[in-house]
Amino acid sequence: MEKFVSHTGTAVPLRRSNVDTDQIIPAVYLKRVTRSGFEDGLFAAWRADADFILNRPERAGASVLIAGPDFGTGSSREHAVWALQNYGFKTVISARFADIFRGNSLKGGLLTVVLPQETVEQLWAATEADPATTVTVDLDAREVRCGDLVAPFEIDDYTRWRLMEGLDDIGLTLRNVSAVDEFETHRPSFKPVTLPA
Amino acid sequence: MTATHAAPVQPLTLAEKIWEAHVVRRAAGEPDLLYIDMHFIHEVTSAQAFDGLRLAGRPVRRPDLTIATEDHNTPTLEIDKPIADPVSRVQIETLRNNCAEFGVRLHSLGDANQGVVHVIGPQLGLTQPGMTIVCGDSHTSTHGAFGAMAFGIGTSEVEHVLATQTLPLKPFKTMAVNVTGSLRPGVSAKDVILAVIAQIGTGGGQGYVIEYRGQAIRELSMEGRMTVCNMSIEAGARAGLIAPDDTTYAYLKDRAHAPQGSDWDDALAYWSTLRTDEGASFDTEITIDADALTPFVTWGTNPGQGSPLGDSVPDPAAVEDAGQRAELQRALDYMGLTPGLPLREISVDTVFLGSCTNGRLEDLRAAAEVLKGRKVAEGVRMLVVPGSARVRLEAEAEGLDTVFKEAGAEWRFAGCSMCLGMNPDQLAPGERSASTSNRNFEGRQGKGGRTHLVSPLVAAATAVTGKLAAPSDLLEV
Ligand code: SF4
Repeated sequence: MEKFVSHTGTAVPLRRSNVDTDQIIPAVYLKRVTRSGFEDGLFAAWRADADFILNRPERAGASVLIAGPDFGTGSSREHAVWALQNYGFKTVISARFADIFRGNSLKGGLLTVVLPQETVEQLWAATEADPATTVTVDLDAREVRCGDLVAPFEIDDYTRWRLMEGLDDIGLTLRNVSAVDEFETHRPSFKPVTLPA
Repeated sequence: MTATHAAPVQPLTLAEKIWEAHVVRRAAGEPDLLYIDMHFIHEVTSAQAFDGLRLAGRPVRRPDLTIATEDHNTPTLEIDKPIADPVSRVQIETLRNNCAEFGVRLHSLGDANQGVVHVIGPQLGLTQPGMTIVCGDSHTSTHGAFGAMAFGIGTSEVEHVLATQTLPLKPFKTMAVNVTGSLRPGVSAKDVILAVIAQIGTGGGQGYVIEYRGQAIRELSMEGRMTVCNMSIEAGARAGLIAPDDTTYAYLKDRAHAPQGSDWDDALAYWSTLRTDEGASFDTEITIDADALTPFVTWGTNPGQGSPLGDSVPDPAAVEDAGQRAELQRALDYMGLTPGLPLREISVDTVFLGSCTNGRLEDLRAAAEVLKGRKVAEGVRMLVVPGSARVRLEAEAEGLDTVFKEAGAEWRFAGCSMCLGMNPDQLAPGERSASTSNRNFEGRQGKGGRTHLVSPLVAAATAVTGKLAAPSDLLEV
């Protein structure tokens, strides 16, 4: 997992609320057998419309998604996080995220930032007025900056540390691998194995 | 689990004991890191986990505690031909490549040990008391029948187990389901679990590990216990388990992976400690009277929407709560049923006998017993899909295939088949089935398909009459 300390990039203001995971990535894209390549399914239904904001040339290369409240509701599919990341988003800002989506995103290294809706509105206005406007999400300082705007956000110490160290769940467990090694020395010999010794 | 942090002298439930025996690491404010004794893999939920390992350059930590099979997508006809559906073919080929690359044992289509993952584990003797068992499939709870802590996990957890052989887990709550008395003839494990789910609801087990206890549970065979534990997830529970006893040991003895020689004695000594201590308390307890149970069938679109076969389709007008009334109406609309219709008058097009719930030898025997010398009704299609290739072989050795074929049923190769309709075995829109599987969700067995969950006995009798029926109905005609 990539480390996330601070990120600056252009943004996509997505003026929609209740964006569910079926909108983020429709079920037909879930048949894939790899972890990558989900970007083509991201917001697939909306992208069929040439005017959809993601399709506009001035939004190419944007890495900060600024969405309406209740982002990520619906089915718990982790593919929603992968699709956003594969597309190039590093962080999503919203006034409220669905719990499971938030959990999946923070585990997977996509920083979801909760800001008050008024602040989201200000960010929308700024990034709509000028697509070249950059937004900085500074995890180290726990603040979002955009022009004159400085908005602090909350995140627990543990999650922040994990993201800044780039540790996924597996990476975290592997830090304690000696405990696993030790546990294995006590496993009884009568427990079954699937392969010949 | 509530007693997780208790002093060791405190009496523990079975689930808590198994949990405690597998804690690799415990730190304040963090989930416990639990060791996983056995990891079952199949083609649908493993591909991205292996890909994740590949991207991170990680190996499988314990290929010797991992085993794979092909089941969800596999055809049940002409299994020697290439798989027609490209998505299914890619998933299966990917599994084969991943197992070869990472050194994981795989039982492929055509192998005598291929089959539904939850059927082959017990059959090989890989499922044993006191183990922690996971699989990227919600019906992993099946293995709890042996007194193991077994639960389904998601793809990123599959990757975590492949990489570390552990999982960080938050504690569960414990629930006891006491099934007192004895089941009457013609009433089976499936009827017990359908009645339990109807009583506590599909969310009633949320956050719990259920321990099934009581005389009727003790009197069940291992196959019956697997049927009960299998559907724990349909009550919302994380897992279901049953303390091991002589029935468990007799089932395991001499299986391919059962302990041998002095290991067997050591194992037995350990297994005999695996029961809920006197005085241990559960977070919740419910009791069901087995003597009062009769064959149970579902009429709705979730496994909690069921009733005794002697009942009628419920009437939404009798439901007070507007939300519940609308939900019930919606279920009946989807199922094409009118309130007040006796359940015995519901005609079916298809009967499906199989799945990890009821696709084992005992299930096939029970159905064959009913079908022997009888015919599947005109216009009804009956699919018999053994849970594993070995179940199929054993059934053939007993001549069960002949009974099914003579009755007019189709005798298929092993796999999940119509349980979820990922392969060509599906219901057409509007078609109605009596199915021994575990989920009657909208579209589960095919788009627009209507599913009634039943026991193998009811499935067989239904095939004969063409309407939902119990074997006793056949004697009265
Ligand atoms: S038989 Fe059905 S429930 Fe069981 S593993 Fe297969 S699809 Fe899942």
